[in-house]
Amino acid sequence: MALLQISEPGDSPAPHQRRLAVGIDLGTTNSLVAAVRSSVAEVLRDPEDRPLLPSAVRYLPGGRAVTGYEALAQQAQDPANTIVSVKRFMGRSLDEARATGAPYDFIDAPGMVRLRTVQGDLSPVEVSAQILAVLRQRAEDVLGDDLVGAVITVPAYFDDAQRQATRDAARLAGLNVLRLLNEPTAAAIAYGLDNAAEGVYAVYDLGGGTFDVSILRLTRGVFEVIATGGDTALGGDDFDAVIVRHALEQGGIDAAGLTLADRRGLLVAARAAREALSDAGQAPLQCALQDGRQVTLELSRQQFETLARPLVERTLDSARRALRDAQLAPADVRGVVMVGGATRMPVVRHAVGELFGTEPLVDLDPDQVVALGAALQANLLAGNRAPGEDWLLLDVIPLSLGLETMGGLVERVIPRNSTIPVARAQEFTTFKDGQSAMSLHVVQGERDLVADCRSLARFELRGIPPMVAGAARIRVTFQVDADGLLSVTAREQSTGVEAAVTVKPSYGLTDDEIAGMLADSVRLADSDARARMLREQQVEARQLAESVRAALQADADLLDADERARVDACLAQADAADTLEDVEAVRAAVQALSAATEEFAARRMDRSIRKALAGRKLDEIA
Amino acid sequence: MADDHFSLFGLPARFDVDAAALERAWRDVAARVHPDRYATASAAERRVAMQWAARANEAYRQLRDPLLRARYLCEQAGVDLQTESNTAMDPAFLMQQMEWRELLDEARHDPAAVQQLQAELAEARDAMHRTLAELLDVRRDPVQAGQKVREWMFIERLAEELRTAQPLA
Repeated sequence: MALLQISEPGDSPAPHQRRLAVGIDLGTTNSLVAAVRSSVAEVLRDPEDRPLLPSAVRYLPGGRAVTGYEALAQQAQDPANTIVSVKRFMGRSLDEARATGAPYDFIDAPGMVRLRTVQGDLSPVEVSAQILAVLRQRAEDVLGDDLVGAVITVPAYFDDAQRQATRDAARLAGLNVLRLLNEPTAAAIAYGLDNAAEGVYAVYDLGGGTFDVSILRLTRGVFEVIATGGDTALGGDDFDAVIVRHALEQGGIDAAGLTLADRRGLLVAARAAREALSDAGQAPLQCALQDGRQVTLELSRQQFETLARPLVERTLDSARRALRDAQLAPADVRGVVMVGGATRMPVVRHAVGELFGTEPLVDLDPDQVVALGAALQANLLAGNRAPGEDWLLLDVIPLSLGLETMGGLVERVIPRNSTIPVARAQEFTTFKDGQSAMSLHVVQGERDLVADCRSLARFELRGIPPMVAGAARIRVTFQVDADGLLSVTAREQSTGVEAAVTVKPSYGLTDDEIAGMLADSVRLADSDARARMLREQQVEARQLAESVRAALQADADLLDADERARVDACLAQADAADTLEDVEAVRAAVQALSAATEEFAARRMDRSIRKALAGRKLDEIA
Repeated sequence: MADDHFSLFGLPARFDVDAAALERAWRDVAARVHPDRYATASAAERRVAMQWAARANEAYRQLRDPLLRARYLCEQAGVDLQTESNTAMDPAFLMQQMEWRELLDEARHDPAAVQQLQAELAEARDAMHRTLAELLDVRRDPVQAGQKVREWMFIERLAEELRTAQPLA
């Protein structure tokens, strides 16, 4: 299929020049970075040839941090400053973080919990950014150049707050996020392209801390997610926790008296026992507590499977619900792709095989398949796809989005499993005579009561002219982009009064704060780095000016005289930027030009899409 | 050009659509406008692509579902369905409606009633399909079609209540 091509402002790579883009699986337990090299996706290894980076960060006094294996090795000695499984706290409140039972010193903060460490109270976004920064460095070292961007995977069942938090972490790590991609969808890409699969497939993804199940239809280069389900607070960690509970019960030890280090040590021992039980019929668990007591237990696979059964059942319930949402029976599913280290447990494989009546597909490494799929997608998005190699992803939102109405009830605006991007509008009205403002409360979830759903944002529409109750017509539009992120606008129809909000969770890191943190890193950079930044900005100014001139030549009719004059003035400034020495001044000129041409770029894009759709009608529609 | 759902997909504006052709057309449009095609473009360009993709998905959602498609055709013909305010119904349909309501109450504890109601609703849905094809495509009477659409909405609401009244299989 011939696709339309549009020149991109600020960017005119030579046709042979590859643009480096990576896929990152930011996991609860382990993280990976992968890239397509010589047309094959592969995981990028560290200097010791290890593919995984344990998602563990240890904060040391004095501002230094260690990440990965080194941090993991020290977690029992320094539990409060060594953060593992931080993904479980992304976009979560204090109460939710505490409910995981994870052994940390949690601090309450607006919107999102923080963790107390020797380097101060850190947000899960900052901890995740630390992990992402290490992966970014690894990628740049291995690939030998800067990255144009990254695809970051998230659990399909992540809600808006968790997605925003992930994107913020990536930006904080200096990554340009090409797309947030759902983990099971990434796995389906890797599996589907590898096996030229066609038909309905399920992806069962049980990671360290999250569970997803997605049902997809694969047809000739289209990956269409039909339904998704899951639980963002269920994973391998929970299996470890039931083992610890069992061990303490057997040993007659009261969990309340344990220190942070004890609890961490027990979880580490339980993980080792659980992993051993994937191959052995019996495994020992041993842990010395700080007060000198010993916890010892000989655990049989059968005992473990009895303990694990309720957790496995929860995943099967999610799978059944996803099937029902897809209006499919287990027999309609051609294959089940197993993803996530926790699917190595025989009890999980067996239960999944039974539910779907088919042997689960385990031929791809369950730890790597998500990162490989993300790398393939990143390569596609960066524009490196080889001729004939092309596919389309149609994903869905996992949870319904709605607004609070009178009585604390939820009015659903976009139901779950809607294909994204999606935009949907609904009209609401006033409750009282003369009501001049309306408070809009955006929620996400499947329950009818607001109290049972996640609150995403609140905003107000003011300046509604006085009318009798029920006369105003407020049109509220929800828009979810391809990353699954929501923005909401409200407009009173008779007067045109408008209010809009990009649903930023109220957890503290605003766009300005992130910009501030990035600006700090620029200030701290040495003079070499500053000189490089200046050159980069000047190149960007030149490229942008060049592409604007080309665009003006082709589509000047889309601008009126005033608009044209503004663009010309900004063009002159961008040209002048070549002689400036101040990075910020050059950056400002680039920003001014791109702001002045934004509407122009949008109109050109609209024109070219219309042209492409019209062309299709002539040659493709019979 | 492409300002209504049917012309966006290059299909004739009819109630009776070829589901396979509709799906093909949606995928084709979606492939052309999807934001993945413009991942490295400027924010303004990505926004336009996203709006087109959202439009294509919304158009497909409305045309794929026969009831929503009928509603859309009525609204395009200038018929205001007044789904919230106008509850006037044909007396015969009102009688039928009451019988179904009673059957739904029974269905909460009687599997036989579930089956009976399922069968009756399926039959009613098929009849609606035929009636609306006749009204919209042959007689071109959107006003009368609008009346039937309101009845059909009631049938689907009832079917939804019946689904949620049953436990997860």
